[in-house]
Amino acid sequence: MANTHPPVSDTAPEPGPGRGVAVTLSDLRRSYGSVHALDGLTLDIAPGEFVALLGPSGCGKTTALRVLAGLEDADSGRVEVAGKDITAVPSNARDMGMVFQAYSLFPHMTARQNVEFGLLLRRIPSARRRARAAEMLDLVELSDQADRYAHQMSGGQQQRVALARALAIEPQVLLLDEPLSALDAKVRVQLRDEIRRIQLEVGTTTLFVTHDQEEALAVADRVGVMRAGNLEQLASPHDLYARPATPFVAEFVGLTNRLRATVERGYANLLGTSVPLLPGSLQHGAALVLIRPESIEVAADPGGLATVVTASFLGSTGSLHAVTDAGETVLAQIDNDSVATYNPGDRVTLVPRPNPALAVAAD
Amino acid sequence: MKLQAARRRRQTVFRRVVVGLLCLFFALPLLGMVEFTTRAPGGGRTLATWTTLFDFNVIDADYPELKTGVLASAGLVLLTVAIMLVMLVPTMTWVRLRLPGLRRTVEFVCLLPLTIPAIVLVVGLAPVYAWVAYFLGESSLWLAFAYVVLVLPYAYRALDAGLSAIDVKTLAEAARSLGAGWPAVMWRIILPNVRTAVLSASFLSVALVLGEFTIANLFSRDNLQVAINQLNKRDSSLATAAALAALILAFIVLFAMSFVGAGRRSHHPEEN
Repeated sequence: MANTHPPVSDTAPEPGPGRGVAVTLSDLRRSYGSVHALDGLTLDIAPGEFVALLGPSGCGKTTALRVLAGLEDADSGRVEVAGKDITAVPSNARDMGMVFQAYSLFPHMTARQNVEFGLLLRRIPSARRRARAAEMLDLVELSDQADRYAHQMSGGQQQRVALARALAIEPQVLLLDEPLSALDAKVRVQLRDEIRRIQLEVGTTTLFVTHDQEEALAVADRVGVMRAGNLEQLASPHDLYARPATPFVAEFVGLTNRLRATVERGYANLLGTSVPLLPGSLQHGAALVLIRPESIEVAADPGGLATVVTASFLGSTGSLHAVTDAGETVLAQIDNDSVATYNPGDRVTLVPRPNPALAVAAD
Repeated sequence: MKLQAARRRRQTVFRRVVVGLLCLFFALPLLGMVEFTTRAPGGGRTLATWTTLFDFNVIDADYPELKTGVLASAGLVLLTVAIMLVMLVPTMTWVRLRLPGLRRTVEFVCLLPLTIPAIVLVVGLAPVYAWVAYFLGESSLWLAFAYVVLVLPYAYRALDAGLSAIDVKTLAEAARSLGAGWPAVMWRIILPNVRTAVLSASFLSVALVLGEFTIANLFSRDNLQVAINQLNKRDSSLATAAALAALILAFIVLFAMSFVGAGRRSHHPEEN
């Protein structure tokens, strides 16, 4: 049987960006009965870029990744990697490394044998295989676990070995299917940072699927928010947060207040203050303005137009719930030091900061 | 404390009595067989029957039906286990990977032979075997097709337990993403992880094939049990010795397989 896999280099991959390839998903559609998991998804990923797909359960993000991996067939559409159409290429010939949500180490193999597996299939000589496996285990800082079996390792260690295994074959694209979701919070943050460090080091184009917005915002160059099988917005983490294109994105990523306002000529009259509006906002009339808690300043004011409901200490910050005299509930972010100064029933003034906000037509 | 200790003692005694009775239940017929096969014609004991049984030249010359039956059963064991594994392991794996909706149907089909008496199977298989004989000849080995049907329920249960103990889908997809074709997925990933289940299924099949009489007899084919039955008509002592030897062989196979399974227990996923 001919070895159809691309060659694996003798040495470690060149560090830094430049090794990655471009990935294009064009008008992908995939249905399960009456459910449209992918509904014309189009996505371009630049060489070496780290893109995260974020969205609620059932939005199609995992289906998109599995179609790219070749583990699912699209009903229609096109998948291109490095300019080549690979839509009909089987998953074992796609040259992609994948880390799964479930622990996927082969239980009858040690960590080293797991990492060597892809190289074995590529008929790499034994000495080179061992050297490469050692190198990869060193990259994920698990050299001392090389002879352990999966059941002898923690969940975090297993996922790191899975990452080493995926990278050992020098894949064109690295696919991460919620690899952190089974881990506890502390390990999740550690491994998240480690994944980003390693990705920057090897420069492989990476698609990361997660439902955890903090994870997505922390590691990705760009984050795509998906809804009902399509992308709502694809942007840098900062833009996604600060300049949401749709109400869904504004509400899915971070916390958002929905406050009534009147809109005119690109500005909203909100809580008595003029707030600039983001492109795509409603231009005239009665609107709901989506504004972040940190974009609202709070000041104690006996003559203020809102009443404090609760003030909570959250560690590095604080939050304050207030109700305006018009009956709207407002969430504002406050300093953790000032939490104790607000009591339920206190009158306050709420002043929106001049950060651009999104306005949509009021129901 | 005293009450608890007394209760524990009573439970221990009860356990030992139950185990002892069970041992007696199994051992008595076997001891009876040993006693019968070591009787000397004029009284006393002799190992003449057993010496004859293991003297292959004598068996070859004087008891050709036994030799034919042993060889036929050995062939049937190998062929049945091979066909069963080749059919069942990939099918069950594929159903788990791609057709999970069919799992219950496959289970039903595999368990169906449990509810069908062998005589009914023979009636159903008779016309099929007329064609088998026409195309493949009269060899007893072709009984393996019918035996595969007979062992399906037991083999299915054993393999299903093994496959349920691992995440077949994720492991297969991980292997595929690393470049493995389907044969490599089966050979390098799935089979090593269901090794104990495959051994269990194989053993159950071996035991069933070695003990099968009805189908072979009704189809007038040779196997060990048919041979023992024929032998019993002219040398009941040797026939009993052969039956006992077959039982002991089955026990040895069972112990050997348990040992192999236990040897891998330290790092085998099915036991995790």
